[in-house]
Amino acid sequence: MTKAPRDKRMTIDEVVAELKDGMTIGIGGWGPRRKPMALVRAILRSDLKDLTIVSWGGADVGLLLRAGKVRKLVYAFVSLDSVPLEPNFQRARQSAPGSGQSIPEVVELDEGMFQTGLRAAAQRLPFLPMRAGLGSDVLVNNPQIKTVTSPYDAPDGTAEELVAVPALHLDVALVHLNRADKHGNATYLGPDPYFDDLFCMAADRAYVSVEQVVDTAGLTVDTPVQRLLLSRMMVAGVVETPNGAHFTTCTPDYERDEKFQKAYAAAAGGSDDDWAAFEERFLSGDEAAYQAAIQAFTEEQA
Amino acid sequence: MSDITRADVCAAAIADAFKDDGEIFASPMGMLPMLGVRLARLTSNPDLVISDGESLFLAGTPPLFAKADVVEGWIPFRKVFDVVAYGKRHVMMGATQVDRHGNQNISAIGDFAQPKRQLLGSRGAPGNTVNNRTSYWVPKHSPRVFVERVDIVSGVGPALARAAGPAAARFNDIHRIVSNLAVFDVKGDDDTVRLLSVHPGVTVDEVREATGFELSLVSGAGDDVPETRLPTPEELILIREVLDPRSLRHREVPVA
Repeated sequence: MTKAPRDKRMTIDEVVAELKDGMTIGIGGWGPRRKPMALVRAILRSDLKDLTIVSWGGADVGLLLRAGKVRKLVYAFVSLDSVPLEPNFQRARQSAPGSGQSIPEVVELDEGMFQTGLRAAAQRLPFLPMRAGLGSDVLVNNPQIKTVTSPYDAPDGTAEELVAVPALHLDVALVHLNRADKHGNATYLGPDPYFDDLFCMAADRAYVSVEQVVDTAGLTVDTPVQRLLLSRMMVAGVVETPNGAHFTTCTPDYERDEKFQKAYAAAAGGSDDDWAAFEERFLSGDEAAYQAAIQAFTEEQA
Repeated sequence: MSDITRADVCAAAIADAFKDDGEIFASPMGMLPMLGVRLARLTSNPDLVISDGESLFLAGTPPLFAKADVVEGWIPFRKVFDVVAYGKRHVMMGATQVDRHGNQNISAIGDFAQPKRQLLGSRGAPGNTVNNRTSYWVPKHSPRVFVERVDIVSGVGPALARAAGPAAARFNDIHRIVSNLAVFDVKGDDDTVRLLSVHPGVTVDEVREATGFELSLVSGAGDDVPETRLPTPEELILIREVLDPRSLRHREVPVA
């Protein structure tokens, strides 16, 4: 009998059952692009609280903030692209501290510092040096971020003082890709890998949701091997969640649902009643109920 | 050519900001910067490397928001960060606020702890400004944008960069600020914003009134500030018939 690597297929709810209050969770993708939204929606339905969320943020961040799940947010931006400012993020940031709607702690980084922090964590280093942040209010608003003096002279004989970007270590990474096998090898088929491999390597455990689970040979049958972004050694669990990145992009499987995003932004930026109606219609049930509600919404809009 | 619009003038002024850059990655944020960069590539600087704003380097110079037929490279976000650190890049960003010392804010308005208005976040501005050439585009010049001191420093001007030390100042290069009224650099006394030219039809006093701090002028010239040049007939054809036949530029800078 030939032995094979582990089968890591799980359900959405099994992934969320692995999460604990107070955990630091990195969310892959970029802004409104290829976000593990089915897993985010499952967190909304859970009792989880006091999470630290690390994300180049889009609606993943907005939804978790509005649901009161976040104790600390690490971000470089939060944007929906075609709607530049994320209304739920704005609402939370503009709320009075202690009002129950604000974010107790925020760490706003330059977007390259964010990558450097993940890289330091992925390399099991305490920090990595870079220029980004010097002279800006990123250092003023984050006094915990220190500088480090180069032990080597620069060409002009000075010793450069650089930002020591602290490692952004994650308890868990959640990412969404196009295809995976049941062991956790996964491909992205769209234009940009974003930083999903880095999120996985910066985390103690990484869970990947995908549009489709295929057999291992199928991953490269019509796809260049360079598109294999995740190796199974980085992955603790695999979930098949068709349309699981909705309403963000998952090119080429689907593009962003702009009509739905508009409806989301209108509800998030509207009255409490507007938001309650949106929640009731789209977020009160499980993932199957969400997908059914989306389908009804799409038919209405057609 | 009496029908030259302010947007046309801005496009040519933005193109001029990229004309001496050589073979580097031009990263425009927003519509007029994209138009200006593509105009530069078709005229003064054909060596510019441009992208689709997503992940592809374009061999051709397509109209705004069109796809090029030939791709010459791959530039996903991870490689953008590589090029920022490599330095062969000129980014033209927006600015919700820009101050007398050429610092820029796209993070939030008000106090950082509880902003009056949360914006995007600092995005790549802190890293851009200490690594590669950076310019700003302001489509609606007003005292609310041109302020004495930005609420939050996202993009670092030359004075703050110098104060932060040689590692910050070494590659800090705030090149141009182009607004719908005028063109500036940050080479005034004490590294302050300096008026280089006013767009045709705009007076120096109008620029002063729309600016919330005292502007530096080119020394010795007094109020005798040159006019921003008009686009050439060739540029006008490229703008109107090739790059922006749908007149998208006039959504950002309306025809007066």
